[in-house]
Amino acid sequence: MLKMALKNLVTVAVLTTSISVFSAEVTVSAAASLTNAFKDIALNFEAEYPEHKVLLNFAGSGELLQQIAKGAPVDVFASADQETMDKAQTQGLLNEASRKDFVRNTLVVITPVDSTLELKAVEDLQQTALQRLAISNPESVPVGRYSKQALLDSNLWAVLADKMINTQNVRQSLDYVARDEVDAGFVYATDAAIMADKVKVQFTVPLNIVVSYPIAVTAEGSAKAVSQQFIDFVLNQQSQAVLKGYGFSQP
Amino acid sequence: MDAVWIALSLSLKVAGWATVLNIVLGISVGYFLARTRFFGRDLLDTLLTLPMVMPPTVLGYYLLVLVGRRSAFGSWLYESFGINLIFTWQGAVIAATVVAFPLVFKPARAAFESVDAELEQAARVLGVSEISIFFRVTLPLAWRGILAGVLLAFARALGEFGATLMVAGSIPGKTQTLSIAVYEAVQAGKDDTANMLVLITSVVCVVVLLTASRLAPGRVAERRR
Repeated sequence: MLKMALKNLVTVAVLTTSISVFSAEVTVSAAASLTNAFKDIALNFEAEYPEHKVLLNFAGSGELLQQIAKGAPVDVFASADQETMDKAQTQGLLNEASRKDFVRNTLVVITPVDSTLELKAVEDLQQTALQRLAISNPESVPVGRYSKQALLDSNLWAVLADKMINTQNVRQSLDYVARDEVDAGFVYATDAAIMADKVKVQFTVPLNIVVSYPIAVTAEGSAKAVSQQFIDFVLNQQSQAVLKGYGFSQP
Repeated sequence: MDAVWIALSLSLKVAGWATVLNIVLGISVGYFLARTRFFGRDLLDTLLTLPMVMPPTVLGYYLLVLVGRRSAFGSWLYESFGINLIFTWQGAVIAATVVAFPLVFKPARAAFESVDAELEQAARVLGVSEISIFFRVTLPLAWRGILAGVLLAFARALGEFGATLMVAGSIPGKTQTLSIAVYEAVQAGKDDTANMLVLITSVVCVVVLLTASRLAPGRVAERRR
């Protein structure tokens, strides 16, 4: 009995190994704001190349960088900002030639859909009716860094400190606003669009830098042809249309 | 550096309050279930043990839905008493209490069940009131078993992460406990801070576990031999 079970196990193992010679898995670490779009793109990719499998891993870009830096087996990295990607590059974690900007985004302030607040500019965030403001952790999340910069530029960073609720990634900010647990929050326009029935975009935050997303093959991923194949796929027209559908704009 | 001590003291405050609540709740519920027979007792026991096996994120979600501003209970709390638990250290206490509750309640029930009923009977024959039987006979006999559970609950509350993050968020100095500070430090690539934080957490947990094992019922039997 045991012998037979063992034999079966060996057969399965041999079969799986032989399959993996022809097919490949590509692990993609992508910024949380890319969640919906990348899920669609991965499905399209697998439909076009049924022999490949895409494993998606979403989090704040800073967290993703730390995972890669600590040796996580990641083949493709898509960050929501240049700074995080620059850090990855200086740490020698990337195949530099593969790095490309693939989408742009805008920063907005949202409130719950039934909120009575009227906000037109960052200065309006000082209103006393606004008690809690969700902002992603600027230390590790790009959208937090952009938000902090906007507040620093208008000398409001220290003023608003007491109202701030730090979140781990942009989707957590979005969720807290949608649940009405905070009065307002900083997210990307693309995140707000996903929950259009629960959140209201109050205004677009003016930034003096462009929010552009870079994607690159990691040093580890360079060994696999499928890594570059996935990036090429993200850059093709079909995927760009998917990204546009979620509100991203072309670089 | 300061941030490390702020996170540590906040963690101790949250775990301390959660433990106090659990001593009261765990002992009373444990005693109640040990001494009464009723339909659905096993089901109740199972439900109360759930937090021990359920993922903290599930509990966090339940709590967020239950005490959030959009819920009936949450909005009642807010409108009647102005209490808002989300993003407060009190919210973190509730998360930690729920997660660690079975660790007090389970051993407490077992400890009460192992108390020799004849000793209580003897006290009753001597005319001691029920309440003082509990405090002077039953509780002292069950105390060691309960205390070991209490210490484990304290350690568990100290390490609580998932439910706390969902309910209380991560506000430095307000709701950012040790375990959440570790997570943030690692995310931001601040390995020095992370090292310091995990070292402190490990030391605290080792001390708690050592104390718990000294108090565990098995050790008492060993010493008596």
